[in-house]
Amino acid sequence: MPDRTLLPRNVPVQLIDAAGTEHPDEVYPTASPAVLTEGYRSLVISRRVNDQCYSLVRQGRLAVYPSSQGQEACQVAAVSVLDDGDWLFPTYRDSVAVMLRGVAPADAMTLLKGDWHCGYNPHEFRVAPQSTPLATQLLHAVGFAHAAVLKGEPTVVVALCGEGATSEGDFHEAMNFAAVFHLPVVFFVQNNRFAISVPLSRQSAAESLAHKAVGYGMPGEQVDGNDLAALLAVLGSAVDRARAGGGPSLVEAHTYRMQAHTNADDDTRYRDSAEVQEWVARDPLVRLRSYLRGKDALDDTTEAAFAAEADEVAATLRTALNADIAPDAAELFRHVYATSTPQLEEQWASLQGELERSAEGTTP
Amino acid sequence: MTMLREDQPQVGAGVETLSMAAALNRALADELAADDRVVVFGEDIGALGGVFRITDGLTARFGEKRCFDTPIAEAGIVGSAVGMAMNGLRPVVEMQFDAFAYPAFEQVVSHVAKMGNRTRGAVRLPIVIRIPYAGGIGGVEHHCDSSEAYYVHTPGLTVVAPSNPQDAYSLLREAIRFPDPVIFLEPKKLYWAKGSVDVSSTATIGSAQVVREGTDATLIAYGTSVPIALEAADAAAAEGRSLQVVDLRTLSPFDDATVDAAVRSTGRAVVIAEAPGFASMASEVAARISERCFSWLEAPVRRVTGFDIPYAPPKLEHFYLPDVDRVLDAVDSLYWED
Repeated sequence: MPDRTLLPRNVPVQLIDAAGTEHPDEVYPTASPAVLTEGYRSLVISRRVNDQCYSLVRQGRLAVYPSSQGQEACQVAAVSVLDDGDWLFPTYRDSVAVMLRGVAPADAMTLLKGDWHCGYNPHEFRVAPQSTPLATQLLHAVGFAHAAVLKGEPTVVVALCGEGATSEGDFHEAMNFAAVFHLPVVFFVQNNRFAISVPLSRQSAAESLAHKAVGYGMPGEQVDGNDLAALLAVLGSAVDRARAGGGPSLVEAHTYRMQAHTNADDDTRYRDSAEVQEWVARDPLVRLRSYLRGKDALDDTTEAAFAAEADEVAATLRTALNADIAPDAAELFRHVYATSTPQLEEQWASLQGELERSAEGTTP
Repeated sequence: MTMLREDQPQVGAGVETLSMAAALNRALADELAADDRVVVFGEDIGALGGVFRITDGLTARFGEKRCFDTPIAEAGIVGSAVGMAMNGLRPVVEMQFDAFAYPAFEQVVSHVAKMGNRTRGAVRLPIVIRIPYAGGIGGVEHHCDSSEAYYVHTPGLTVVAPSNPQDAYSLLREAIRFPDPVIFLEPKKLYWAKGSVDVSSTATIGSAQVVREGTDATLIAYGTSVPIALEAADAAAAEGRSLQVVDLRTLSPFDDATVDAAVRSTGRAVVIAEAPGFASMASEVAARISERCFSWLEAPVRRVTGFDIPYAPPKLEHFYLPDVDRVLDAVDSLYWED
């Protein structure tokens, strides 16, 4: 008999619905109002960051911004379930999660501002560089977890990807390696319905993406990706299982990308605004606020404090990105190898000569 | 054949006669023993000891945690090596054959090569990717590619190709200790060629070596083409022409200093490589010599390479492979005054 316990539920786990009403679950507990209020604080900051970055692109301060607007509950949950020593392997759309992990907003935006590739030290925050190629980071997450097991360390790794990345070969190889070696990895797929313009139906014919897990011999679960309470419960359970030696699992969050892929994209070419409006009604902030208000866990004073804090983060981001600090051309050569090569030294000297001549106003 | 090597081992303590395959096996074992962070993995490398037996006995000696088989998935192998290296290990992975390394190409080019640069040096990846490469073994399609150009073209990679057991041993040990990723190309047709190996001898990644002195022209070779160059030099000597031979050993970063000095001393150069010649390692060597040694050259730099065709089937590969006659023909065309 096949092990049916690996299969996800037919309906995504939901603890708080779009109207803010709680639906208690016999497997997944709803976190306390205090925990959820803290989560709401993070959601407010996350939304503000998304809004701010959107503006910064329009002002030419960011080269590009793949927004996680609408997916903030996933961003917050992915980071909330981690212990300090755990690692997060994010994608380019997970800048908010990177900041929630402690990376300074300006450093998290280095890639998208265009000053460098990764603007933070991964070891300092236990956050891998944001991956721009799809699904490749899932294998890095798997290797990282494998090393932790070989060294006898209790690290759990949460690896993020979108539904589009589940079509990539590296997704398959990562899931398979993790299952074969029984590694402490939680694969967290934010299914936001679109890979740039291509809809979910063109990525997969599976009943759900979470159903893919059973084929690898690991459990899968699907969850309402706009319900922070459900995400904390499902991801928390997957992380606990991984830490206890129970191996990897796959969690699919059903959410929606409220903005276009990036500022360079025109989403009116491939989706109806009516569909977008349907998802406005399922907003992760609105429902949690409504729930917490109903529980008397969130008052005007607290809300004002959260808003003020979010404004402060946005102001920090604005100030940092509005500062015109010229990137250092020497960096182009400095980090390619641990020890530079004569060829790179020669090329840097040549560029320096160009820069000096141009500073003197002479043409080479 | 004469081998003039500064570090030529003398028979004595610590010196053994080994095949290149045995020398590589010995290097892996010695590094596994020396450093707990070293892990070896790939396809069929455990109980079987690798299809070429390079990892023979390592799982038995060091255990499943240090040397293990993986699913057959090259991107998975290299991608997980990236994560392992990020988490403090020093992975040495085996790609079973040159052409079977291609599924890992995205991981190699987009991550292995770039992680140190991407993170401003915060995450260096001490990974060795061992790839048996090149032909001459009667292998069928996809088993005989000379794929070095793909790797040397990628900034951030260090690419090594030894031609004898001593260099194979010393360079592999050095590669495993190296702070950056190394593509380690093993000329599979030389796996069974024997030579003396001094396990106390060290090698420096990035240094080419003059392996035969000569005064009339310089032959520049690496991996499988080094024995051909040496044989051609022997044959030329019998006809009164003195050919110098340089073994590049490291393809990238390139040892301009050694190659420049060698070519300037003779004024003529032939580059020998098995890969198709168009936009190849041999092209790069020829271009560098032309740019850097033009005033010393008596003739254009010649290349003797494979044809620009997919690698030949076993019964046709002798037509494809550079050989002594082609090398000597190229040498004859170097605008001699006599």
